[in-house]
Parts: sequence; C-alpha cells; structure tokens
Amino acid sequence: MDASVLPENPLPVGSKSHHASGWWGMLTVVATEASVFAYLLFTYYYVAAHTSNPWPTGGLPKLSLALPGTIILVLGSVVMSWGEHGIRRGSTGRLITGLAVSIGLALLFLGIQFWEWFHKPFNFNYDAYSSIYYVTTGFHMAHVAVGVLMLAAVLLWAALGMFDARRHAAVSIAVIYWHFVTVVWLFVFFTFYISPRLS
Amino acid sequence: MRAVSLVALLAGISPLAQAGNPLGIFNNAGQDAQELSRLVALFGGVSIAVIVLIALLLISAIWHRRTADTTGGRPQRDEGGMPWIYWGVGLSAVVLIICMLFNLKTIAATSTPADDDGALTVHVTAHQWWWELTYQDPDSHKVFLSANEIHIPVGRKVKILLDSADVIHSFWVPSLAGKMDVIPGQTNVTWVQADEPGVYRGECAVFCGAEHARMEFRVVAQDPKDFAAWRSHQLEDAPQPQDAATLRGRLVFESRCAACHTLRGSSAAGMAGPDLTHLMDRSTLAAGVLPNDAGHLAEWIRDPQKQKPGTEMPQVPLSETDLAAIVAYLRTTH
Amino acid sequence: MLVTVDEAERHERELEDIWETKGGPFFGWFISVDHKSIGKRYLITSIIFLILGGLEAAVMRWQLAQPDMHVLTPEAYAQLFTMHGVTMIFLYAFPVLSGFSNYLWPLLLGSRDMAFPRLNAFSYWMFLLAGIAMYVSFIAGRAPDNGWFNYVPYANGTFDPGVNIDAYALGMILLGISTTVGGINFIVTLIRLRAPGMSLNRVPIIIWGTLTASLGNLFAVPSVTLAFVLLWFDRTYHTHFFDSTGGGQPLLWQHLFWMFGHPWVYSIVLPAMGIVSDGLPVFCRRPLVGYSVVALATVSTMVLGFGVWVHHMFATGLPVTSLSFFSSASMVIVLPSAVAVFAWLATIWTGRPQKHVTAFLFFAGFVILFVIGGVSGFMTAAVPADWQLTHTYFVVAHLHYVIIGINVFAVVGGVYMWFPKMTGRFMNETLGKWSFWLMFIGFNIGFFPMHIVGLQGMPRRIYTYPADVGWGTMNLIITYGAYLFAMGVLLFLINVVISRIGGKAAGSNPWGGGTLEWSVSSPPPPYNFKLIPIVARRHPLWEEELGEGQDRSSTNAKGFLLNHGRETLGTTMLDAEPDVILKMPGDSLTPLILALALSAFTVGLLFKLWIVFGIGGGISLLACVFWLWPERSLSQVER
Repeated sequence: MDASVLPENPLPVGSKSHHASGWWGMLTVVATEASVFAYLLFTYYYVAAHTSNPWPTGGLPKLSLALPGTIILVLGSVVMSWGEHGIRRGSTGRLITGLAVSIGLALLFLGIQFWEWFHKPFNFNYDAYSSIYYVTTGFHMAHVAVGVLMLAAVLLWAALGMFDARRHAAVSIAVIYWHFVTVVWLFVFFTFYISPRLS
Repeated sequence: MRAVSLVALLAGISPLAQAGNPLGIFNNAGQDAQELSRLVALFGGVSIAVIVLIALLLISAIWHRRTADTTGGRPQRDEGGMPWIYWGVGLSAVVLIICMLFNLKTIAATSTPADDDGALTVHVTAHQWWWELTYQDPDSHKVFLSANEIHIPVGRKVKILLDSADVIHSFWVPSLAGKMDVIPGQTNVTWVQADEPGVYRGECAVFCGAEHARMEFRVVAQDPKDFAAWRSHQLEDAPQPQDAATLRGRLVFESRCAACHTLRGSSAAGMAGPDLTHLMDRSTLAAGVLPNDAGHLAEWIRDPQKQKPGTEMPQVPLSETDLAAIVAYLRTTH
Repeated sequence: MLVTVDEAERHERELEDIWETKGGPFFGWFISVDHKSIGKRYLITSIIFLILGGLEAAVMRWQLAQPDMHVLTPEAYAQLFTMHGVTMIFLYAFPVLSGFSNYLWPLLLGSRDMAFPRLNAFSYWMFLLAGIAMYVSFIAGRAPDNGWFNYVPYANGTFDPGVNIDAYALGMILLGISTTVGGINFIVTLIRLRAPGMSLNRVPIIIWGTLTASLGNLFAVPSVTLAFVLLWFDRTYHTHFFDSTGGGQPLLWQHLFWMFGHPWVYSIVLPAMGIVSDGLPVFCRRPLVGYSVVALATVSTMVLGFGVWVHHMFATGLPVTSLSFFSSASMVIVLPSAVAVFAWLATIWTGRPQKHVTAFLFFAGFVILFVIGGVSGFMTAAVPADWQLTHTYFVVAHLHYVIIGINVFAVVGGVYMWFPKMTGRFMNETLGKWSFWLMFIGFNIGFFPMHIVGLQGMPRRIYTYPADVGWGTMNLIITYGAYLFAMGVLLFLINVVISRIGGKAAGSNPWGGGTLEWSVSSPPPPYNFKLIPIVARRHPLWEEELGEGQDRSSTNAKGFLLNHGRETLGTTMLDAEPDVILKMPGDSLTPLILALALSAFTVGLLFKLWIVFGIGGGISLLACVFWLWPERSLSQVER
C-alpha cells in the first residue's frame, strides 16, 4: 500500500460491534471453550466404546426433564437475540426485557438440571458413566452460571444507560457467549440423551 | 536390505550397540526382533545419510566461493533459491515414500499371527516391581506360578498375556521383541520367539515408581526337551525338609512369610509376593537386583529396603538364627 | 490525519507522556501493561526457570555418570526428572518464546501495543504464579514425581498420595489460563493491529510461527487442562475417569495428554523456527528464500500436528490399522520440515553469510540440530522401530535435540540478535563465540550418545543401572558433554549481564535488518512508533536496496500520529486497510489482582479451602466487572 493512495476520510474512534477487539477476543474464547466440550464428549464416547460396564448406567436417561430444559435454553437464546436487535435500534427497554427474560430462563434451566442431578439413581463417583455425566453437565451448568453473571453485568450497564444504537459492543460480545452456551448444550444433550437411543 | 544394513554398519550404529550390551536392540535372537532391528537400521541409515548430506550442504553453503563482495553489506535480492526447495522437498518425498512402504510392510509382518490356538501361553502380571508368571494350560492341574524368569522352548512363538496389578509397566525383551505396555484394565498380547537357546534379559520400560530402574526379568530359551522337563518339574512341590535345620526353617517361613508368599510343599499360600516354590531354580532375587546365592538371600531378607529402597517387601524382624533357618530352607527349593 | 515525520517530532514529548508507565520503578512494575516490559519479564523469568531445570539436570547427570551411584535416592531422582521436564517444557520453552513474541510483535507489526495490553500483563502474572505453584511443592518436600506426562494410574492417590500431583495439576490449570489468554491476544493482535498495508503475506515468519502456536494452543490446551481437572476429581472425589475398576480407562489420560502434547511440541518450536527464518536473512543479507512456502509449511506442520498424537502410544496395544495411519501421518511431517530446512540452506547459499557474527553461528548451528532432531523423530514414527526405541534414551536424545537444538539455540541466537534492540547495547562477540562453540560442542557430546545408549537398551527415567549392561562409558561421556554445554550456557548468561552493564552502544539498526523493529530507536520508546507507518513491502527498510517496484513504505516519513490518549490503529483482517482508531487502556493493577484472586480461587477449589475459594472467586468477579466496565468517554466520534 502506498501512502498516497490512502483514503483521507475520517476513521471511527473506539470500539463498535465487530470493530471491537473484544468481539474477536470472544470468538477465540468460544473456540477454546468449545474445545473443552469437544474433549469432554470425546471422553464420553471413548469410555463408552471401551468400557465393559453396562452403558449408560441406570438405563436410558429420561427425556422428561432434559427435553423441556433444552427448549427453555433455546428460547432464552432467541429472546436474547430479540433484545440485542432492540438495542441496535436504540431500544434500551427491549434490551433490558430480553436480558431479564433470558436470565430468568437460564435460572429455570439450572433449577431443572439440579433437580435431575439429585434424582439420578447414582451419584458422581458410582462409576465412569456417572462421573462423566456429572462432570460434563456440571461443567455446562458452570458455563450457564457464568453466562448469567455476564448478562447480569450487561443488564446493570444497560440500566445505567450505557448502551445505545451506536454503542453496544459489550452486548454483542456477551450475546456470542450466550449463544455458545446454548449450542454447546445441544451437543451435550445429543450425546447423553439421544446417542444411547440410537445404538 | 543387506546394502542398507551395511550403511548402518558403516555409520556405526550396529557395532556400538552389540558387544557387552545384553539389552541392546541389535542382539537379535528371534525373527520378529530381527525385522524390527532391520527397520531401525534402514531408517537409521537413511537418517544418518540425511544428516551427513545436510551438514555438507550447510558447510558449503557458508563457505563456498563467492564473487567478490561489492555490495558493502547491502541486502540483495537473488531469485535463485527456490530450486533448492523444489529439489530438496521432492527428493525428501521420494525417500519418504520408500521408507513408508518398508514401514507398512514391517508392521504387517510383525503384527500378531492369525492362528494362536495351542500356542504356549504365559500370563504375565506386572507388579511394582516384579513380574508374576502364570503358565497357562487347558488342564487346570498343569497351571503353575513363577516369577521373574520366563522359560520358553526355542523355535516356537510363545504368547504373552500382559496384565498389571497396579500401575502401567512395559514388557521388553530387546533381543526377542519390541515393547508392549502393561496397562491395568486391559490385557495386551505380545509374542516372543527365540531361535537360539540362551538367557535373554528383559526390563520394565515405562516409569512405574521408585524402583522402576530395577524391575528386570529374564527369558530362558531352552531346547524343547529341556523345557518340557523344566515344566514338569515346576508342577511338583518343593522338596520336603531333610534335616532339623531346614524343618525349622520351614516352620519359621510358615509363620513369618506366608502372609505374602506361596511355597508349595509348605503351608504358605500368600498371594501378594512372588511364588517361591522353586526359588532356587532362578538366577536372581528381587527382579534382577541380586544374584541368587545364600549370602545375598540372607541380606535381602534381613533388610529388603536397603537392597531395593521402596520395595513392597517389608523388613520382617527376625533373629539371626531364624534368618539362617529360613535361608537354609529356601536354599532347598530346587 | 496523516502527518509527516517533522510534525511528529513536535509531539514526541506528548506521546512519551501518554505512553510512559507512571508510578515509579516499584509500583510501576506492578501496573505496567507495556508489551516490551512484559516481554522482557517473560524472557527473564523463563530463563530463570531454564537455570533451575538445568541445575536439576546437572544433579541427575552426576547420579547417572557411572553404574550404581548413590548421589540420589530413587524418590529424589523421580522428583528431579519430573520437575526438570515440567520446568523445561512448560516454564521455559514456551514462555521464553512468548517473551520474544510479546516484545517483538507490536514492533514487527507497526503497532503501539498488543490488542489487549492488560490481558498481556495478566497472562504474565498467571505464568509466574503457575511456576510458583509447581515449585512450592518442591520446597514443601514432595514435588511431582511421575514424569511430565504423569500417566495414570500411578498419578492416582492410591500410588502417589500427597500434594505433589495436585500441585502439578494446579500449575497446569493456571498455566493453561495464561497460555490461552496469551494466545487470544496474539490472534486478535494479528487480526486487528497490523500497520496499514501490512497484509498477511508481508508479516515476518516469527509472526506466522507465534500465530500458529497460538491457534494450536487455543484448541490443544483445553485437552490437558481437562485431563488434569478429571485427574483431580479422581484423586480427590474418587470418580472413575481413569480408574479401570470403575469402568474408566487409563489410556484415556494418554489420549487427552498427547492430543495436547503433540501440538504443544510444535508450539514450542514453530516460533523458534520463525526466529531463525527471520534472523538468517539479516545475517545473509538477503530476504528468506521461499517466504510463502515457509509460512505455509509452518501452518501445515501444526495442522498435521493435531493428527499424530498416537505416535506417543505405539506400544499401548492399539489396533494395526490405527498404528499404520498415525505412523504415516507422523512421517508426512518430514515434508514441511524439509521446506524449512532447504529454505534456510538456500538463504545461506545464495546470500552472503556473516560468519563472524555470533547470532549467525547460532542460527546456522540450529539448522543441523534441527535435522538431527527431525530424523530421530522420523525414526520413531516407524511403528516397528518405535517398539524398540520408545521409552528409551533414544527418545530422550530426540526430545533434547528438539527442545535444546530447535528451541534453545534459536532463543540464544535470538537474544544475541535482539539484545541491542532491547537494551541499546551489543553483546560481547568474543564471549559470544566462546559460548556458541561450548554450547554446540558440549551439546553434541552430551546428547548424541544418548541415541546410542538408547539403542543399547537403556530405558528412560531409571535412577541407576547395573554395571553389566554396558552403559557406563556412554553415560560418562554424556555427563561430561552436558556439563560442557552447561558451561556454554553459563558463559552466555555472563555475557548478558556484562553486556547489559557495559556493552558497546548499538544504534537503531545495528545489523542492517529490514523489518519494522529496526526503524525505531534502541531501546524503543514507550510508544514504539512516533508515526504508525504505512507498509508497502515485506522488508520496509530494504526497499531501496531490493528495488522492487515503485511503492515505498512510509517509515520515518509519514504516518498516523494518534496522540489523543493511548491509541493505535485497527486495520482490516486480510489487506490491513485502516479501519478504526482503537483506544488502548492505561496501566492498571487489575491484572495482578485478578491473577492473584483467580489463583486463590483455584487453590481453594483444588485443596478444598472453601474460604479461600470464596474470597478468591468474589474478588475475581469484582475485578472482571471493574476491568470490563464500559467507558462512557469512548463515544463514537470520528477523526
């Protein structure tokens, strides 16, 4: 590039959606976090393929709680998108609603998960399957909890009026993480609840 | 293949690894081991050729004659470099493909033989830090235990089943076969074959705790006739004590050692330590740590931790007379 | 908005004031986010770990010099070889390259700092705390003693009780965080912070090396972190991930460890290869031969590196098809390696090598060590050969040719090359040549015979050996060679110290290099560049000499001043066109606080100190919110 051909028009200052370094940073965080889950699921399939124990322990896991939980989590993601689109049009109210509903749904999801945890016929150190089940779902729940904290921080900042149609990088960044938490759950859900039904 | 071995020989790999190295990988005494070391020699020969070639190229690249420098140290573009990469990578690829084919061929030649019915099978259970041996037989009366010294008949592939009682070990008799790791919860299989009678040394190759360094074993390859005799002798109990001293030794042994050791011919039937029924048929004590003679046997029993720090064998408090009696008794276990 | 250099001169004081770390030498040290300070800290800290690891090795070599020696107990030996491996691989080899990359990246790319300066500081603090965590157990009398790859079930509480393995797990988790955020920083810096015109095909090879390592780590580090977390669960809460009695799989550990381990090996050599690929051209007075294929080879080595982990497990009883596949895949790595080797050879051959310069000696010596380390890897990639070679000193020889030959030689050469840039002083060349020849000869005497003693059947990790196996002679030679090598390293360190104090003054471009870091003063000012230059070529400082086309970079002529607070230029991903003016954060204590709190949180979790866990977690949370608090002042003006 030659200096003489540089555009002389002014440049924006500061961060703005995908202009923000943080936006790229969050994508890389998602990549590395996704790898953690990939290795966890590898652990599941590896042990499933090599163990001589019955698999899964305690028979096929019931869908009666996990399926509604999945729907709730996906719903939370959809509502969050709706809220994010709101702030792009300058509606802080819509953003706040989206955040609050998402947080509520996430807490509901966590409640369902805990309920399922405490009603399993085995505990976390019963055998390899139980260990993998509790640690994988627990790890995902920790991610949901971190997501809730993130959304709560964004909610606080939104309530303080820090975002508008031009400036909402923090929202976009938190939303990426939130969608990731939902998508990765679909893989976990498939692995623990669907894949044993296929074999 | 001969030419390749010659390269390796010239390059100095083989002679360096032969004489005086009972655990060297080029002392092949079996077919499989020979295949392995041929491949090592082939790859080693190619590797050494590559190192020498690149070293020569590097030296001449630095010192080759150049036209007088009129640049005054200013950087210069010279477009002439790319053929180096084309030729270098191209030739590397050709050598690589040839080597890969030899590799795949050797993998095929040395992997488990298809028919293993009726093969002599020895079940090896690795312990921290010794080897428990179970000679298997369809007739359960012909199954017997031993430790640290595997007798095999020459000229026959012997199947080795590998299990671990504790941590990961690796079973390695360099003269007869490559390594096979011994992993808890999975039974690995390896094969050994000796074409010449002899004693071949083996060792544990994966770090398994404090005394990993001293977890040796031996493979004793015998003429099939000798092997059959040895085997039927192993099925017998240890001889009965013939005098008062050894009789007393057996009593002490039964009261102080039986919690861990089995010795058929006495009432001792412990399972934690090696079976001692025919202890005197073995050439070493404590998995290759000490020669098997009366003096070392007494030292070993007196203070195992001193001879092999960390060993699972405890120091059993014994009076000198009790110790002497046990040694006297054990010395009869032929 | 583009200003000329004359105008920029008038703003020099102003820029200095904006970018300088305030708070005095003491407090300033804790709050600085300057990539140059952080880079130097990384270098110094990792070299301290190199010294520690070297001392551990020295004691081990004494113990092994002759058969049946009693310098060390078996347990002490186990702790030493474990800590030696852990130290060299995790606390020296990668962090030292992070040091170079942190120091050099913004200077090479034409930026004022990394994309996330505070994250950079945080990454360093986490690395330091990880190192301390691993060494504390040493002081407490029981260090990790199961080898750096820490196989289960030996690593389980039944066989190895105590805090040692937990301390290792703690260190690895903290180090994993450090490496990951460091990698994120490099990736985003590359995407966003290149000077205008520095398109992807113009970045130096060390950038490709570090970028590839960072991307690799992003996907590989989670595997080992997870493995250590699962191990901790097994040890502390008696879960059954690796425990065969509960249906778990001991081999799962090996898979998880090596899925990380092999890419990690590439992440500790690729940036080092980058140092050589960028260094040789300077001392051969010509651009690197085959820039594009070398960059491509760098990336493809890492890609292949994710598909070869099983070659660490050839003797574990895997099926033949799997062995054949992983064996062939491992061998294919010969090809990108050959690209690099012949590119270096061609660069030397067609250039005018400066044979008298120490840095050149290290880089040229590196080439042959690279080949030796490479072909021994090629030998062990052949499954049947590996059945004999694995777990022996042959592998020990191989990995030392890789880590010393490919990492240490490149690093020391890199220090000789960039020391003048970092300090404004040359290193002593006479001492330099002595240090090179001592290191080069000592290394080969010390480590080449390890191949032979491996072929003679000597397994790794044995604390002693009997006389009748015939390994005594070779081991004595190895010990002498290793001590000679250590003397060379010592001489290098002495050279660093005396040159720092009294070295000959070096100007901004002492070697006549062609890349951007040589366009600024030595040492560089806190703001790096008065003007963010516009880059037209791969070697902006060699444009006249190489005479390629009409376009010229604008170093020291014209560029972006950006003097409204800490700012740097954000450019587009592929072509590096100016896109946005990025506001950069000021110095801050938050990274240190977060690092301490997060470590306390992890220590609390691992050792069940729930109060520490709670306080650490709470402070971490507050620190994050404070760190990320949106600044209203950054309103969207355009300029």
